[in-house]
Amino acid sequence: MAAPKKAAAGAAQDKTDGASPPEFTREQELKALREMLLIRRFEEKAGQLYGMGAIGGFCHLYIGQEAVVVGMQMALKEGDQVITGYRDHGHMLATGMDANGVMAELTGRRGGYSKGKGGSMHMFSKEKHFYGGHGIVGAQVSLGTGLAFANHYRGNGNVSVTYFGDGAANQGQVYESFNMAELWKLPVIYVIENNRYAMGTAVSRASAQQDFSKRGVSFNIPGKQVDGMDVRAVKAAGEEAAAWCRAGKGPFILEMQTYRYRGHSMSDPAKYRTREEVEKVRHDQDPIEQVRNRLLAAKVSEADLKAIDAEVRDIVNASADFAQHDPEPDAAELWTDVYR
Amino acid sequence: MPIQVLMPALSPTMEKGNLAKWLKKEGETIKSGDVIAEIETDKATMEVEATDEGTLGKILIPEGTADVAVNTPIATILADGESAADLAKAPAPAAKAAESAPPAAAKAEAPAPKAAPAPQAVAEPDPEVPAGTEMVTQTIREALRDAMAEEMRRDADVFVMGEEVAEYQGAYKVTQGLLQEFGAKRVIDTPITEHGFAGVGVGAAMTGLKPIVEFMTFNFAMQAIDQIINSAAKTLYMSGGQMGCSIVFRGPNGAAARVAAQHSQDYSAWYSNIPGLKVVAPFSAADYKGLLKAAIRDPNPVIFLENEVLYGHTGEVPKLDDFIVPIGKARIVRSGSHVTIISWSNGMTYALKAADELAKEGIEAEVIDLRTLRPMDTETIINSVKKTGRAVTVEEGWAQSGVGAEIAARIMENAFDYLDAPVARVSGKDVPMPYAANLEKLALPSAAEVVEAAKAVCYR
Repeated sequence: MAAPKKAAAGAAQDKTDGASPPEFTREQELKALREMLLIRRFEEKAGQLYGMGAIGGFCHLYIGQEAVVVGMQMALKEGDQVITGYRDHGHMLATGMDANGVMAELTGRRGGYSKGKGGSMHMFSKEKHFYGGHGIVGAQVSLGTGLAFANHYRGNGNVSVTYFGDGAANQGQVYESFNMAELWKLPVIYVIENNRYAMGTAVSRASAQQDFSKRGVSFNIPGKQVDGMDVRAVKAAGEEAAAWCRAGKGPFILEMQTYRYRGHSMSDPAKYRTREEVEKVRHDQDPIEQVRNRLLAAKVSEADLKAIDAEVRDIVNASADFAQHDPEPDAAELWTDVYR
Repeated sequence: MPIQVLMPALSPTMEKGNLAKWLKKEGETIKSGDVIAEIETDKATMEVEATDEGTLGKILIPEGTADVAVNTPIATILADGESAADLAKAPAPAAKAAESAPPAAAKAEAPAPKAAPAPQAVAEPDPEVPAGTEMVTQTIREALRDAMAEEMRRDADVFVMGEEVAEYQGAYKVTQGLLQEFGAKRVIDTPITEHGFAGVGVGAAMTGLKPIVEFMTFNFAMQAIDQIINSAAKTLYMSGGQMGCSIVFRGPNGAAARVAAQHSQDYSAWYSNIPGLKVVAPFSAADYKGLLKAAIRDPNPVIFLENEVLYGHTGEVPKLDDFIVPIGKARIVRSGSHVTIISWSNGMTYALKAADELAKEGIEAEVIDLRTLRPMDTETIINSVKKTGRAVTVEEGWAQSGVGAEIAARIMENAFDYLDAPVARVSGKDVPMPYAANLEKLALPSAAEVVEAAKAVCYR
């Protein structure tokens, strides 16, 4: 099988300068570890619940890509908005949304963020400035540009972080949005999560320009390729982009070179890539192992790391328990929230 | 023989215009391409260029003349070697100015109406207007502009965006003057990028802003329909009520005149199919104003279907500080007891003409202007049908899965026992809109078809 040659070069090279990203403080490393672990364990549990039939429909797991949302969130300020597509569980947890509410939405229960009416792909939190959770590939890019438009209109200094994948990057409305964002100097960071496969189609089979950081060139939008497996590199790039936006210079594109370990959705056997390719990324570049190894090298004890593991597992187990025991929405909910 | 210069048509729907200014005097030499006059329509001021060479022989329509019909001779040009004596040889004018050439000064004192009033044989008083309210005569275009301006003055979160809405003053001049009053921050020219700017509008609305998104026509909104339906209409539900979208999508819908299949579609049925959207399609100038103000204030996404043919029509608009027509209420504009005719938007033109015709034959039609398609005012329809026992629906859109089909189903569900005849539908013909004038006319409904349908359900 013609596994892309790029696999060895990797999901993750910082091609812009090659320099190591700024070191994290111990507190930052511990925070990043905890946040990424929470997403990984949550997603593993969601996968289990799906297998048990407790979660229905589509369920797209974020395992492998955790450093992207966690690093970006560490670069943001209160009030900045986040919007993404359907692979959204990690983004929600990173913005601080409650694991119980997210898991209960996956199981379609009344305690879910959308009262069970949205499901995996459609969740929102006004409080955490999370604007979804969108099921139509690429639609979130215009919407996220609209969030930035609102920031610009209000002059509130906030930035819209608009995530989409290498697949969505080929949708027409992405470029309509790029044009308006640069024309009107809107504060939006376009984070292209390049996990190398749009469902089953490798980037090399779908994209004439595979350097996604250059996708804004004809609009004069600056872009940068980032090692999306290194949470420090992500945070540093996120800060640079956010500073650009807050200075009124318009949008910024970050191509996050990352990798998804699981299939596109739960029903995807992932025959389009080799097991070896996946194993190699896991072994060489896993975002969580990178942090763990740095912490161990810095003499943080195994016991301290295990305590974080245990705390995260408790949160995830509690969310699974809640999500399976919370009642389904009342039948009357069928008719609510159509209009207000 | 001297050449006649005719009043030009400057848009598909233009029937007449004002001769604002002559830039050449009688006796002046004219070269092809010279600007000889300025013509004013309700949309724009345009320059008239000479296509012939010679001398301006005689100005037939003086400057300041209002409502000069298209194709009226406005001047004659003498070719080389011809003189004023040859003017008599010019063919007799084919059409005359609608008004007898009032001079500019007189016009300023007593402005002539810009267009003939829409055929509104309104027998029933408007329940939204208090008795004794002073009325002003306005075009629908002006009523829409005033509605937006009033709401923008009232709420800083309201802004308007779309193609040519600002500098150009609106492709159909609906946003005329808004840029001057509210500035470029709130009156925003977009690139030609319907899908993109519809999404930008929805995203902005999700944060609580209240965009008015103008589509140059709803035909172009097909590029944006994913954002309208999947993002605007469904977000409130998908978010369990957390996040909605107060936004108005507005613009001309349906057939204009001679613009053929891709520019003539009626989307009434399409949008009224979608839960989460409200759909408004008014007919009278007052309703255009009152309903647009209601739409802008509505916390839900509202599809506001206008009609280009109606933009220049005038009507009486209440002179009130805050005239609102509630969304979701139909209006009986003519009462009658023999048959109920139900329509909306430009379909009302046929319905009201038909009602006049029917009255001459002793059939008193009750005419309902639906005004809002979603939520539909079923009660008003049903109460009328219970009285008349017969119903005819009139729409410019296609019959299959159309709004008329929906109305017929509701009548059957709610008033079957009251019906004395099956409900009849008059609709656009089941073909793409043709360009040729005669075919276009055939493709659209007509008052005659409404008369025929009404007689059929009355067994006459």
